[in-house]
Amino acid sequence: MENLLDGWGLTMATFSPLLGAAVMLLIPKEREDRHRLIALVTSLWVAFVSLLVLIWFDLGATDRLHFVVDKSWIEAIHSRYVLGVDGISLPLLLLTVLIVPLCIVYSWNHFPEPRNPRAFLILILVLETGMIGTFLAQDLVLFFVFFEVVLLPMFFMIAVWGGPNRRYASMKFFLFTLFGSALMLVSFLALFFLTGAESFVFSEMADNVVANAVSHTAQLWIFGGMFLGFGIKVPMFPFHTWLPDAHTEAPTVGSVILAAVLLKLGTYGFIRIAIPILPDAAVGWAPWIGLLAVIGIIYGALGCLAQTDMKRLIAFSSVAHMGFVMLGIATLTDFGINAAIMGMVAHGLITGMLFFLAGSVKERYHTLEISRLGGLLVQAPRMGWIFGFCAMASLGLPGLAGFWGEFPAILSAYNPANGVPVETFRTFMVVAALGTVLAAGYLLWLLQRSAFGNPPDEFANDPNIVDTTRTEWIAWAPMLALILAIGIYPNLVFGITDDAVDASLAPCLTVEAPLDHDLAETLACSEVYDLGGQDHHSHDHTATGG
Amino acid sequence: MLLNQFLLLSAVLFAIGVYGVLARRNGVLVLMSIELILNAVNINLVSFAAFREAVPGEVFALFVVAVAAAEVGVGLAMVLLLYRNRRNIDLTEIDLMRG
Amino acid sequence: MGGLFVLAASAAGSLPLGVTESGNWFLRNAWLIPLLPALSFVGILFFGKRLPRGGSELGIAALGIALLLSVCTGLAWMSHRDDYHGQETHLSVVAVDHDGRAADPGGHQVHGEPSVAVTNTVTWFQAGGVEFTAGTLVDGPAVMMLFMVTLVSLLIHVYSTDYVAGDRRYTHFFAFMSLFSASMLLLVVSENTLQLLVAWELVGVCSFVLIGHWWEERDNSDAALKAFLTNRVGDMGLIVGVTVLFFAVGAARPDTFGSFSIVETNALASSGMLPHTTLLIAACCLMAAVMSKSGQFFLHTWLPDAMAGPTPVSALIHAATMVVAGVFMIARLYGVFFEGLSIAGTSINLMALVGGFTTLVGACLAFVQRDIKKVLAYSTISQLGYMVMALGVGAWTAAMFHLFTHAFFKACLFLGSGSVSHAVHSFDMKSDMGGLRRVMPHTYRTFMIGSIALAGLPPLAGFWSKDEILAGTGGWGLLGGTGGNGAYTLMLVMGMVTAALTAAYMTRCVYLTFFGEYRGHGQPHESGPRITVPLWILAGLALVAGFANLPKGFQLVPESLQERFGHYVEPVAGYFPQVTHATPSWSLAMVSTLVVLAGIGVAAHYYFVRVARASKAAGQSLTELPNGPTTRLAVARLGHTLLANKYYLDHLYTGIVAGGTKGPVARFAYRTNQEVLDRAVDGVGRTAVAAGRVVYHQIDQKVVDGFINGSGQVSIDSGEKLRRIQSGKVQNYAAILFAAATVLAGLLIVFV
Repeated sequence: MENLLDGWGLTMATFSPLLGAAVMLLIPKEREDRHRLIALVTSLWVAFVSLLVLIWFDLGATDRLHFVVDKSWIEAIHSRYVLGVDGISLPLLLLTVLIVPLCIVYSWNHFPEPRNPRAFLILILVLETGMIGTFLAQDLVLFFVFFEVVLLPMFFMIAVWGGPNRRYASMKFFLFTLFGSALMLVSFLALFFLTGAESFVFSEMADNVVANAVSHTAQLWIFGGMFLGFGIKVPMFPFHTWLPDAHTEAPTVGSVILAAVLLKLGTYGFIRIAIPILPDAAVGWAPWIGLLAVIGIIYGALGCLAQTDMKRLIAFSSVAHMGFVMLGIATLTDFGINAAIMGMVAHGLITGMLFFLAGSVKERYHTLEISRLGGLLVQAPRMGWIFGFCAMASLGLPGLAGFWGEFPAILSAYNPANGVPVETFRTFMVVAALGTVLAAGYLLWLLQRSAFGNPPDEFANDPNIVDTTRTEWIAWAPMLALILAIGIYPNLVFGITDDAVDASLAPCLTVEAPLDHDLAETLACSEVYDLGGQDHHSHDHTATGG
Repeated sequence: MLLNQFLLLSAVLFAIGVYGVLARRNGVLVLMSIELILNAVNINLVSFAAFREAVPGEVFALFVVAVAAAEVGVGLAMVLLLYRNRRNIDLTEIDLMRG
Repeated sequence: MGGLFVLAASAAGSLPLGVTESGNWFLRNAWLIPLLPALSFVGILFFGKRLPRGGSELGIAALGIALLLSVCTGLAWMSHRDDYHGQETHLSVVAVDHDGRAADPGGHQVHGEPSVAVTNTVTWFQAGGVEFTAGTLVDGPAVMMLFMVTLVSLLIHVYSTDYVAGDRRYTHFFAFMSLFSASMLLLVVSENTLQLLVAWELVGVCSFVLIGHWWEERDNSDAALKAFLTNRVGDMGLIVGVTVLFFAVGAARPDTFGSFSIVETNALASSGMLPHTTLLIAACCLMAAVMSKSGQFFLHTWLPDAMAGPTPVSALIHAATMVVAGVFMIARLYGVFFEGLSIAGTSINLMALVGGFTTLVGACLAFVQRDIKKVLAYSTISQLGYMVMALGVGAWTAAMFHLFTHAFFKACLFLGSGSVSHAVHSFDMKSDMGGLRRVMPHTYRTFMIGSIALAGLPPLAGFWSKDEILAGTGGWGLLGGTGGNGAYTLMLVMGMVTAALTAAYMTRCVYLTFFGEYRGHGQPHESGPRITVPLWILAGLALVAGFANLPKGFQLVPESLQERFGHYVEPVAGYFPQVTHATPSWSLAMVSTLVVLAGIGVAAHYYFVRVARASKAAGQSLTELPNGPTTRLAVARLGHTLLANKYYLDHLYTGIVAGGTKGPVARFAYRTNQEVLDRAVDGVGRTAVAAGRVVYHQIDQKVVDGFINGSGQVSIDSGEKLRRIQSGKVQNYAAILFAAATVLAGLLIVFV
């Protein structure tokens, strides 16, 4: 397939933001208009390139890497510069390039203190490069570099533009993730040396593990390292404590990016790297991942119930939602992982929106204490309804995006992959279902306290409290529309991910025999796995499927 | 002549130098003590060179002399600056680098 | 040879699941019916405020067209059904080859016989290599529900234009009424359980929004929250149950991963290809969903609170349509329940027990209410219990028929209560009503018709459907008629007692509202035509709807007019289990009528005779006897056995009423309801919050965080110690340098 994007498209998407940031560095700090414009244009340009990627992406073959760039990079350690996009990374790439311009639009007129739009926007753009790069990298070292690039801008964003407790929060965030990445790097290196590999490229890595008969114990340890690295980023239950602090202190836009994209880096790592490369170890770890996931679901929900601060509540709800994502991943079925990717996209949109809303509430009321709020629907009816809409989406209402992350994850837990203990996962399923009830509990409680009722006296005649402004509409409308669109027609995401997930799980199914990974073989594998889908085409009249 | 006497001399000089570096509080005197240490080393170098009839030792001593001169130049300049800023060259009172 | 396909085959020929994709245009395009109100929702949301009538015209237009389509669909269905001449028993499993042709045991291949239900599906999404479809399944129950929902919804829309006129959120109200109608219609045509689940939760959220319509008051938003959360508890059961069934189908068919298809699930369950244990688990999980959505004991407590919403909402959502979603779901997945709960067996099953118990509890509670809407709410609970009980004893058709008739008379009653409250600005029967029959003649008459229909006097609608349920319990062998699936004598007794209680509490309600003297303030007056016309239409339906299913045994009309409802509504296809039909007998009908009359008589004696006399004596309109005997509990319990006993008559009269109004049974039930169950719900919530707080403060902030902070502290401490060395003094450094050099030199000497 020849087209315009081959060779340069993905590189352009990845590094354009950096270019934009460089240009901004050359312009004096005082020219704020120019900075805003450059940042917006850059991010829109990246979004445009990504849109082209989507348009020219062959949706019939999402399991194949598209627009691959493969150049030698660090000869000494055989690390190569390989970028590519397939059905797993595409939704996340699109999510990223959508969120960033919206964040820039949102901050158009109100940069958090201490203003300095130039620095703030530069950080956002650098962040974008890191995020896009992480989703596109197909080489472990390259992945690691991008994964780390993300860290610093976010650190500064929290430490400089954050709330009163920003020092603590930013350090916690930084140390936690750095600790995780260190272990992750060790795991990558261990893989490299144990396989005696000639390269760090993902697809070859998986074969090398099989070909070099890396011992099961070693695989378990390596997976454990990755588990910590990715799990902290997700964040999974015992490693989640950085998240509420970081979210609470971060500026609105920082929270949005953090929730919408950064958390996905961890889960993406599981799906893209840990499981396909080490399928054996994944089976061994699956019950533990599942356990931590359901603990996270319940624990996050309980944490939410105890909160008095709106932003912190939303942050805790992230722990619960990412628990559903991890539960889907832990089943190691293509169904569960599809659900996980859907959950990632949905959570990105919904929780991102909720953080936007929290920011806007804070701006109007100057507080996020739930007990002091109330009557948002009276004073700002449109915003109140948007808030209600997002709360409903977040608690997993069918017809909105959140449901398609939760329900299939629960469904898949009933029937996990071969080798994963079934009874354990069925128990997880019931517990996770309980989590949906708790989710409804805390979100509706939040909604009732902040949106319903009459406004409290202290805000009753506050002229500061206005309904949704124009910039807010521009920033929010695309997200709201997507939440609804995906909710009604989930195939927007499932259609892209399904084949790719299937292919990435193929090594899980044929792990005994060394596999020559050419396309035909992979496809053959997936056909064996999916008898259900096949007969459907020939027997539509029997109303199978469901 | 025995090598011992030279070495003994150099050891004594070295010990005096070390004592000076550690005990004196005056910056200039500390610098001078460092000179003593360096010269003790020079004596060692030269005497070994003479005994073993190897030129490099003497060459090395010359280098040491040259570096010592430079060092004293820089050192004195610093002491001078210190004096100008603080009217005092007591080394025990200078702890800007304290952790 | 492809995979095995499960077919339901009649003795005469084979019938692939009883489902076809061809058929009349209306049958294939039933998806238009939910789409219309959905479009009107969007329309009202975006343009409603700019329209002259605030968007209500959009909703009414959409529902009018939807009703028209439903009627056409219904007519098409009737002719479609009449075209089918296969026998109505047809359960067996045969294999087909890849072309979908059935290879029957005789060996020759048969193309599909005229199939019954019509499906039309599209691919919704694919995941895990499985394609999931969305679509419509049009058969008897679906068509019946389409008609019922669109009709009631349209009438209530018209009614609302007057009732909520001038409301601060008029447009918003109609938008969500439209969305609700769309979701409910989507639910009834759902082709698979996933779609059902989606619609199920959507109706729940509409209910939430509409209960909380006046969310400025805390009570209303509390009620809305309670409704949503209680339903969410049940939804958990639905999620798990649907999941279990999905994989059960997958396990039964080796060539597929799983399936949500309702038809397939039912067919497999009915043919015994799904393990009984699995079905039992699934059925119990789904029962939890039914209990919350359809207000069954002990998850019913949200329903009375839901009356906080505007009255049209109560009528549409919490009486006629949404709350029957649970009943409808049982009816839809009847194969699963029938096998899973062994309904054909004679032992009492969970569903019959839950239904029977609910019906009694609800009826008792209805006695002690002052609020007219709460009387009706408890009555709804009781009637829903009736339907669930009917399904539990295998009387499928009777349950659906009762659902159908109940929608009309209960909507009529609710709208009537709304009309009354519109006039007196209150819902309190005791302090603000009384004597309204003179000033509100239309409301009075329609309310009377609704009450009699609910009480179940012939020939009104409630009588016919109620009697079929009673016959379906099959416990009345002595009185003729043919039995049903088993001898559920207990359910028969429960049903009879409830019939008497229902008659009595409705008599009380009617007396307190329309008789005696007016006790409220101001001058009440009759409502306008937009309220009375829907009332009359519903009252008319309450009068005649019962004739849709005249029983076979009575020989009142020619055979071609008997059991029309059952004929058209009950599926005959392979996805429906083999139920045994019962027919009521004259004797049963007479006994049940007598029971109802007794209930009315006792209550009437108390109110119309004694209370009225006392009122006259006191010179004011009383609602109770000033010194009435209040605690004749034992008598109340034994009420129906003592009917013939004249000696106890006096006690009995007051007994039932007293037992109902103030007696410990009702009070206890109510107290249990308010204090034990409500408290339990609150308690669970409070415990969860407390647990959350403990976890958060003790574990999260101290242990987990403490560990993290601890590791930081260690490095800080060690840094603190080490920094002493860095004194900044040159000579200290030099000393260290020399000391170290000395040590090194020493080591050099010692070791080298």
